[in-house]
Amino acid sequence: MLLVQVIVGGLLLGAIYALFSSGLTLIWGMMNFINFAHGEFVMLGMYVALLVVVWLGGGPGMFGFVAACALFALGVAVYLLLIRHVARGPMLAQILSTFGLALLLRYTAFWIFSANFVSLPQTYLSGTINIAGILMPVPQLVAGIVAAALTIGLHMLLTRTTIGSQLLAVAEDRAAAMLMGIRPDRMQALAWGLAAGSAGIAGALMAIAYPWSPSVGETFGLTAFVVVALGGFGSVPGAMYAGLMIGLIQAGSAYLFGPIYKDIIVYGLFVALLWLRPQGLMGRA
Amino acid sequence: MKWGLLTIAAALLLYPFILTGPFYWDIGVAFLLAAISASAWNIVGGYAGQVSVGHSMFFGVGAYMPLLFFSLWKLPPVAGVPAAILLSLALAVVIGMPTFRLQGHYFSMATIAVAELIRIFVGTWDLVGAAIGLQGPAVGRGWWDLTFRSELPYYYMFLGVLAVLLYLTFEVQRSRFGYYLRSIKADERAARSLGVPVRWTKLKALMLSAAFTSVAGSLYSLKTGFIDPDSGFGILVSVQLLIVAALGGAGTLFGPLVGALVLVPLQTATNTWFGASGSGLTYILYGGIIILLARFEPGGLHELYHRISAQLLRR
Repeated sequence: MLLVQVIVGGLLLGAIYALFSSGLTLIWGMMNFINFAHGEFVMLGMYVALLVVVWLGGGPGMFGFVAACALFALGVAVYLLLIRHVARGPMLAQILSTFGLALLLRYTAFWIFSANFVSLPQTYLSGTINIAGILMPVPQLVAGIVAAALTIGLHMLLTRTTIGSQLLAVAEDRAAAMLMGIRPDRMQALAWGLAAGSAGIAGALMAIAYPWSPSVGETFGLTAFVVVALGGFGSVPGAMYAGLMIGLIQAGSAYLFGPIYKDIIVYGLFVALLWLRPQGLMGRA
Repeated sequence: MKWGLLTIAAALLLYPFILTGPFYWDIGVAFLLAAISASAWNIVGGYAGQVSVGHSMFFGVGAYMPLLFFSLWKLPPVAGVPAAILLSLALAVVIGMPTFRLQGHYFSMATIAVAELIRIFVGTWDLVGAAIGLQGPAVGRGWWDLTFRSELPYYYMFLGVLAVLLYLTFEVQRSRFGYYLRSIKADERAARSLGVPVRWTKLKALMLSAAFTSVAGSLYSLKTGFIDPDSGFGILVSVQLLIVAALGGAGTLFGPLVGALVLVPLQTATNTWFGASGSGLTYILYGGIIILLARFEPGGLHELYHRISAQLLRR
């Protein structure tokens, strides 16, 4: 029974990984650009949730919404003020832009919130339930299921709507999309908003279930890299499967070898992947 | 140019006598270390345009190995330096071989992930001191332990390494290899079609860079006699190398020196003004500087200087 519990726990965490990694892979697919501050967006989502609970006394529905909107706005702003100007520039500027942003956000968070771990106060989602002998904490269950639904929603948005087709058109061929009357700049701003927004809401969901500190941004950012590399760059469905897999692998290795080894194994998998299958499981080279 | 070089050399040689006392010497040593490690990063990050954000892995290997040689076998720490260089070269191959086939961003991502992997791994490995780290000889058993009470011997030791590294970089710049590097940075596809062995050239640059970054790490731990996972492999180490080179001018010979000249005093200042919380503020500031550099002046102070001087001449 414990093993089933580990597997379910891993899948639920993996669903959240899938959600924020989809954002990273979306930006990669759109503009061949890696966002080093993506993990920091997740971390900010967690603190937005905390601030909403503390200041406004809102519940999970409210702070999830606020985190998504706040990070969406931040993502668009980052694109308009920074990324748009460096995206066609030298490689150094591309890498430095989001790397510097990550540092700025991380250390500002350390400065404001200190390095201590925090967690949200109890909400109506607290407690555990017993499903056929498997004990599941309700917050994890809700967070995982909502994250899975949102990831599928994002995928549907990209594949089933006009806006999604426009986004994918820009990803496919910027110049051709422009000739079709699509404004690539707007679409890319939207992609950054969606990516940051999904990271923000993933952070808010995670805040319900797990404690955190400003340093989680680095961990989540790297986890997202591994998920994206495993799923294939630019592939949202790939990120979904890979996110679930990474969640499972982490939960499994924490269970088998102890919690400190879970990141070592995941990053080690990344190095192995570099050598064996750099295009990812479902990606194009 | 010749007189400029002589002035720089004289200033560096005489600095400890112009500004005397442990405080200034300490800053001098920090300046040299920053310049050495940033110059090492510059070979692959600047000249070849392959932006590594995980160079701390080479620095950390360089820093750990000497103290490991001491703690395991009681050998003089310097004996670990060649082993560190070899291990760093091996690491460079492991990362460079697969990633240099792929697009530019992939290399940056791989470097940061591998550096973090090593940091966590070292932090759990008892043989290398786990989270606590390693210590060098408390009191030197002879000159070969290189534990000096004064900063001066370190200053000249570091200066010697910097001179060798700058000379090598200068030679690389003029060689065929240097032209290959610049062609790859400018347009990789064009370089390949003209017959430049792109992957091999990038790998060679990474190996050269890794070897010297490792030496920089060794110098650091020889001087401080102490290393832990964060000060060896932490991401902030990589940040330090990268920002010093990028601020001065990535891909220029003296860029890293200029960057170190600005940032090392700045860091000392923020640390003394703001006390213990200073290091956090320093990195907020670093983040801001990096963003501004990327947005407005990716060529660093070097390019800014050239643009302004060109404008002044035109008037």
